[in-house]
Amino acid sequence: MKLTLKIWKQANNKTAGKFETYSVEADEHMSFLEMLDVLNQSLLEQKKEPVVFEHDCREGICGSCSMVINGQPHGPQKGTTACQLHMRSFKDGQTITIEPWRAKAFPIIRDLVVDRSAFDRIIQAGGYISVNTGQAQDGNAIPIEKGLASEAMDAATCIGCGACVAACPNASAMLFTSAKVSHLGLLPQGEVEHSKRVQSMVTQMDTEGFGNCSNVGVCEAECPKGISLENIARMNRQYIGSVFGSQTKVEKA
Amino acid sequence: MSWITNFLTSSIGRKLIMSLTGLFLIQFLLVHLIGNLQLLYHDQGEKFNLYADFMTSNPVIKTVSILLYTGILLHAIQGLLIWRQNVKSRKVRYAVSKNPNVGFAAKNMGWLGTIILVFLILHLWQFWFKMKFGTVAPVAYDGVEVKNLYFLVAEVFKQPIYVFAYVIGMIVIAFHLLHGFESSFQTLGLNHKKYTPLIKGLGVVYSILVPLGFAIIPIYFYFFK
Repeated sequence: MKLTLKIWKQANNKTAGKFETYSVEADEHMSFLEMLDVLNQSLLEQKKEPVVFEHDCREGICGSCSMVINGQPHGPQKGTTACQLHMRSFKDGQTITIEPWRAKAFPIIRDLVVDRSAFDRIIQAGGYISVNTGQAQDGNAIPIEKGLASEAMDAATCIGCGACVAACPNASAMLFTSAKVSHLGLLPQGEVEHSKRVQSMVTQMDTEGFGNCSNVGVCEAECPKGISLENIARMNRQYIGSVFGSQTKVEKA
Repeated sequence: MSWITNFLTSSIGRKLIMSLTGLFLIQFLLVHLIGNLQLLYHDQGEKFNLYADFMTSNPVIKTVSILLYTGILLHAIQGLLIWRQNVKSRKVRYAVSKNPNVGFAAKNMGWLGTIILVFLILHLWQFWFKMKFGTVAPVAYDGVEVKNLYFLVAEVFKQPIYVFAYVIGMIVIAFHLLHGFESSFQTLGLNHKKYTPLIKGLGVVYSILVPLGFAIIPIYFYFFK
């Protein structure tokens, strides 16, 4: 299949970027990233600059392959990352526009690669669980009902790819932050320092310059892991609850 | 900064203000509608004029109305501030943007709100300002003289331009409510497997019926008075 690619090229965060048009010959069994590999190989052979994009595991668990494909983070397929997308989702002769995540809090490093360390700092702000849990517990020593364990696990499937921020009309990081807050806070060990954690993480999120949540719900629709908006509601009530109902004060950095 | 200002300037704190003022304005709409539907009585406005007189002179209502003005201002100013911040958080826009399964209202709350603000200024100028500071011809019922607001309403809605403006205003409010109603509960953290579907359903019914009720008034006056 023959494709026309319009790819965002930008040398660094200081310079302005623009779209470059390429054509590539791809196979419908290729993954989207393999198609880009083919493009880069041919660019290298022509002694042209390759397209810079981030990738690592190529099986949908590392969250590196951040790119907006035809206006959708991770492309048109629901519940998958860009590396899990195959060329059979496209038609022969189609034009595909590829852009980086666009958010003030995710500055562009080069072409399609953005700096997502804002997410790392939100996780760091949450701190670690300092409760001494002692020896490994017996299987049923701490009773946790299945529904709750599943909810925590569902939140923990967030790979921190940033598609929620990329998709949100306000570039808000509420879905990511709420998933991180929830997966720890729902379980007994994490619940202990929960009150401080939720305040610290929300404060850090605001400091990073993400937008505000307006409950649009595109984040949930575009999330490759299907993280639910229920997490945002949980974070809202736990944050409000922690600010007004606990002794914990968290200062802005 | 104190913990309170920290909270009020946090993203969730700002949204909480939007949610609480929004819910307050949502319930006000219903109260306002119930009062206004008295315009439809076939009594040359007696019930409505007496009601309007009560609403402008009763000290309890006067106190509550200060709360209402504050609510409207807070909701509008905070909304504009949040909107500005949201626009700033994405400096370069996408060349192609496709949002699946997302309603028109949810994406355009800022614009819808701005139109409502303009409509509100027109509305307050036409009725509230004239009632409070202007001259409205009096009418007497059983020897008690009250301002004839009914007559003023009838005069305004003789003009098709205002009938049109009010119907458009109500359509915009309907869309604003369609997202705002359920969104205010989500912001409060009320997302529940049992209650959320009920809240969403009630939100849709409310967002259609209340603006429709308001829109009937100018249409009725234009065609049947």
